[in-house]
Amino acid sequence: MTFGRYNGRGFILGRYMQGIVQADKLYCERDDRVLFEQLSFAVESGEILHIKGPNGAGKTTLLRRIVGLSWVVDGTITWGADFSADGQQPDGQRFWYLAHRPAVTLQLTPLENLAFSVALHNADVDESLLWQALDTVGLRGYEDVPSGSLSAGQQRRVALSKLYLDLPDVRLWVLDEPFTALDVSAVAQLEKRIEAFADTGGSVIMTSHHGLNHTAVRELQIGVRP
Amino acid sequence: MNVVLRQMLARELTLANRRRSDLANPLFFFLIVVSLFPIGVTPDLQKLSEMAAGVLWVAALLAALLSLDLLFRHDFEDGSLEQMLLSSVPAQLLVLCKTLSHWLVTGLPLTLMSPVLSVMLALPVSAIPLLMLTLAIGTLTLSLLGGIGAALTVGLRKGGLLLTILIMPLFVPVIIFGTSAVQSFANGMPWTAQLALLGAFGAGAFAVSPWLTVAALRVTVGD
Repeated sequence: MTFGRYNGRGFILGRYMQGIVQADKLYCERDDRVLFEQLSFAVESGEILHIKGPNGAGKTTLLRRIVGLSWVVDGTITWGADFSADGQQPDGQRFWYLAHRPAVTLQLTPLENLAFSVALHNADVDESLLWQALDTVGLRGYEDVPSGSLSAGQQRRVALSKLYLDLPDVRLWVLDEPFTALDVSAVAQLEKRIEAFADTGGSVIMTSHHGLNHTAVRELQIGVRP
Repeated sequence: MNVVLRQMLARELTLANRRRSDLANPLFFFLIVVSLFPIGVTPDLQKLSEMAAGVLWVAALLAALLSLDLLFRHDFEDGSLEQMLLSSVPAQLLVLCKTLSHWLVTGLPLTLMSPVLSVMLALPVSAIPLLMLTLAIGTLTLSLLGGIGAALTVGLRKGGLLLTILIMPLFVPVIIFGTSAVQSFANGMPWTAQLALLGAFGAGAFAVSPWLTVAALRVTVGD
């Protein structure tokens, strides 16, 4: 079943099947301005939901609400049984959340940062795989340097390295502006990685001002006045 | 689960080691306040020994309070805190790890410094073990209770003063029983009741503070 839905502030197209996460009538108001209202969408496996909108449209707030960090958005988010025990709060083991603040501790080395991300996922990953992931994002030779002495782009790469780990439990990526500060080749590499993840049935919810071309991409426009 | 907690504790201690200058602050504060006291108030050993327990306690607590503001600040600013709250490991355990490591790098050094400084205030040598025991319990209680305040104020740019105001009332009973236990012992009076109450207060803080801290963190981060 395919249908489109106009929700007052945005237009989305979607096929509703076995959803990983479903949002119903989300509403957010900030400083007396309505950012979005009547916003509904669903994400299913193998799908890339690309949330678009101008600066200040509420994209980051929406992502934070999806993962359960923000309380300033009204409405319901329902998770599939695989992702959450109670349907409300997602199980941290099942997704990666790359936030606006990338959780790269400057006093720790890239390797320690990555190992800590994995530890919070309660996952057991061999250290050689961590080295390999850091190598893939182009941080070979920087594994043992304090992250604070890396460039902005390299620090983003530290944050992104977890996406190259292939943890079997992780079936969803929630990415907030993943292409920020990356150079051209790293952008292309990450694009490919996102598409490959979707091809294996993983789902991605992301915000970006950068366009993506892939059959699995669905766009959700928010913050556009009719 | 145990592996995660061990890694969390190792991370905290590594970070504490790499941010050594943050840690030196409270220790120097403690040293300076206690050594200025005999100079500023009285060199009379008799009088000093009467107030020794109180001075050591107040100085140690204010010193520990200095460092509380930083408990969650770095993690909040770089985004690690959000990841901890989203982790599949209960956030209460992670917060407890952070609090315990905070005590290991502030409360414990303060406790270990106290015998040396107590000589300066002419505290009877026989009272030193009890002083150390009460300070250890007291600073641990401060780390636990202070975590709640630190969680509430971490989103504010200048949360230090507010944190002090929030935490101080909770801390009055701890100071009362802590100093009173040491003073009573030095005066040859019964002291076990005060020590028991101090311990009870610490155990209570241990039981409730991780939950309250996580609730406060969710409020701060979710805004």
